Amino acid sequence: MKNPLDSLWGTVMSGLILTLILHMIVRYALGG
Amino acid sequence: MDWATAVPAISRWIHFMAGVMWIGLLYYFNFVNVAAAKAAAADGTAAGISKHVMPRALFWFRWAAVVTWLAGAALLGSNFGSAFLLQKSHLAIGIGAWLGTIMLINVWGLIWPNQKKILGIVPASDEEKNKARRVAFLASRTNTMFSMPMLYFMAAGGHSALFFG
Repeated sequence: MKNPLDSLWGTVMSGLILTLILHMIVRYALGG
Repeated sequence: MDWATAVPAISRWIHFMAGVMWIGLLYYFNFVNVAAAKAAAADGTAAGISKHVMPRALFWFRWAAVVTWLAGAALLGSNFGSAFLLQKSHLAIGIGAWLGTIMLINVWGLIWPNQKKILGIVPASDEEKNKARRVAFLASRTNTMFSMPMLYFMAAGGHSALFFG
């Protein structure tokens, strides 16, 4: 599998996905 | 204005200015310089970037990272522990602070030591330079990826109910 960080848009997409995952974890932790 | 209000206000201002410089240069490296250096290498003009642009850009980049972190720590003040221990009261800013801290460690622990080899500031064989290029590139891309949730959680820090309610 190709490393997504090798491409600029793969990096941006990875950042967006990581943001979404962390958002959901924090939302769950805060009971939202 | 007393010190109790002046210190956080001035810290926030410095945190923003240094943060813009740090992340601005990070985005310059990733969105502009990677492609520019490749094109310059193809037409034999890369030496100018390596000699005149990168050392200056990396100087402001790595020191802006330090100033950003220190001003952020001053801004957290007595909440520093709560944020880094990821307590519920400071969970959002704590995630942002941890991402920023990992990014600072990447700058000083991976990007700068490897860039010194790439730019010839410290001696390195061709094989070491090639390895250094890959490590510095991936650390820089990792920081670009981390910058997105880091900025999201910095923005969310003061608005937890709006972001996570």
